[in-house]
Amino acid sequence: MGLSLKNMQKKVDGEIHLTNINLDFESGSRNVILGRTLSGKTSLLRLMAGLDRPTKGQLLLDGKDITGMSVRKRSIAMVYQQFINYPSFTVYDNIASPLKVSKMDKKEIDRRVQEAAHMLHLEEMLDRLPSELSGGQQQRTAIARAIVRDAELLLLDEPLVNLDYKLREELQIELQEIFKKRESIVVYTTTEPAEALMLGGNIVVLDEGRVLQTGSTPDVYHHPATTKVAEVFSDPPINYISCDLKESQIQLGGGVAFPLSGRLKTLSDASYKLGVRSNHFYLRRKNDEDIRLTVKVELAEINGSETFIHADFNGERIVIQEVGIYSRKIGSEIEVYVNPSRFFVYSDTGQLVMSPS
Amino acid sequence: MNKWEDNKAWFLVLPVFVIVAFSAILPLMTVVNYSIQDIFGPGERVFVGLEWFEEVLADPRLHEALMRQFLFSGLVLLIEIPLGIGIALLMPKKGWGASLSLVLMALPLLIPWNVIGTIWIVFTRPDIGLFGSFINGIGIPFDHTASPIQAWITLILMEVWHWTPLVVLLAYAGLRAIPEAYFQAAKIDGASAWAVFKYIQLPKMRGVLTIALLLRFMDSFLIYAEPFVLTGGGPGNTTTFLSIYLVKIAVGQFDLGPAAAFSLIYFLIILLLSWLFYQVLQNAGKGDA
Repeated sequence: MGLSLKNMQKKVDGEIHLTNINLDFESGSRNVILGRTLSGKTSLLRLMAGLDRPTKGQLLLDGKDITGMSVRKRSIAMVYQQFINYPSFTVYDNIASPLKVSKMDKKEIDRRVQEAAHMLHLEEMLDRLPSELSGGQQQRTAIARAIVRDAELLLLDEPLVNLDYKLREELQIELQEIFKKRESIVVYTTTEPAEALMLGGNIVVLDEGRVLQTGSTPDVYHHPATTKVAEVFSDPPINYISCDLKESQIQLGGGVAFPLSGRLKTLSDASYKLGVRSNHFYLRRKNDEDIRLTVKVELAEINGSETFIHADFNGERIVIQEVGIYSRKIGSEIEVYVNPSRFFVYSDTGQLVMSPS
Repeated sequence: MNKWEDNKAWFLVLPVFVIVAFSAILPLMTVVNYSIQDIFGPGERVFVGLEWFEEVLADPRLHEALMRQFLFSGLVLLIEIPLGIGIALLMPKKGWGASLSLVLMALPLLIPWNVIGTIWIVFTRPDIGLFGSFINGIGIPFDHTASPIQAWITLILMEVWHWTPLVVLLAYAGLRAIPEAYFQAAKIDGASAWAVFKYIQLPKMRGVLTIALLLRFMDSFLIYAEPFVLTGGGPGNTTTFLSIYLVKIAVGQFDLGPAAAFSLIYFLIILLLSWLFYQVLQNAGKGDA
């Protein structure tokens, strides 16, 4: 039971926006669609909502074909990047609006509106107009309007992207609670790996209109099937170091080599790409097994309580993310350490060979 | 402490002050000056107090002109605002159709006002005018120089043709500024086209419509060139609006005192009504973003 997308394709003016989309969403499941800007996230949501018709393919709800069904007849709620509320309605009337259209009993409407307002901490704001609210409260109103009707499909299109980070964190936590209580299929799009991880559930990694990988969110994070998935699902993007495996030694550029150890021993001789997440580089040795790389600093930025050092290692650009504040001179050579057990090993063609245990 | 004695900043506002003084304040004060004196010639003037105001306010022909002016502006606004919104809603949203309709809409606004009058004189001539001869052709005798009703119809048609495009352009800009997501949200809610218009488009257009209403009220209340050219205030006095009557007093009869008093009253009426419109619109459906 749930929503299935079968071989869906969307072309606009001959340009392919989405292709070969085969996805299943179960009732009561939480799903994240992760992808960069213009990867097709919004197009996909619009197809699922029925706001657009697919060029090819079918949309099935509980096994029934609903591809051509009008939006009005479907049971959908949607939250957008922009804060969309009826400008001349109070918060109460805004939340009640989808229920009023369906001609529900007045008392039931009131009960549901109060419940939704309570969940989103809007009790005090019910008499206000949207323009009298802060951005966060406006989006809370929009979310309350979306959850009030218990739609079969609850779509959220980067709902927190226009909020400042404090509000975003606050709502991320609250949303998880709200989603848990739903029986509907929740689909949430985001560009941020951290947000995807926080929401958990299942994930669809989308890039250039194609589905790259699906699965449970932590699972995909730990085992990104291709270099592309790893790039989309890391922030800052994952670093790659090319290497050759010869004579039981991994040879990086610039004469750096280290012997195979642990699980790496099972690899056969070939060229590989080693993927390292930025937070797995350290400025200090942590462990005896750590290998040392000498890199040239190109840029050092301090972001809150973290330092990001952009550096060059044999012509390959890497980013080191270290907790704490460090200053490193631009152009200077520094040493960074990484534990070989942290390597994602990808084949030359970008397929995952081995992920960190 | 020295802060209050340092008046150099006045020099910075001086240019603006001089320009405003010469373009607005001095002419206005001259009018005020004229309105309370009887002027026979250079250096020969008598202070008359409020005499001219009393005379003008008691003038029955001014009352008639004022009533005509209200009727004209009222009719024009009642037609132009809804018609303008309607056309803006029907206009294509993108592509060459949008550009074409915008250009077509802008055309009447580019024509000098007295030329508009001339165009409509020719257009409505019963013998050779496209409109006039057509109406006569279908059996209705048409001559706006003879029938007051037909003169009014012609004037209002001309005004609507000339100025509705301004309302259209403003409303269109207001509509285009509404994010697409509003319409999607309404669609998902199952809202009807009427509900979308009433609860999304109209509240979102309130700002531009306020401007459209104010501009159209002021301009139609001040209308001069077009009726002057088309009807000259006739037949009889039936299309003599305030500004036409004012010019008759000031230039035709050279009664500068009463004309000045009249001008001030005219100015105050427009100021008062514009303020009223503005207040009403600001308070209607308050709080729309």
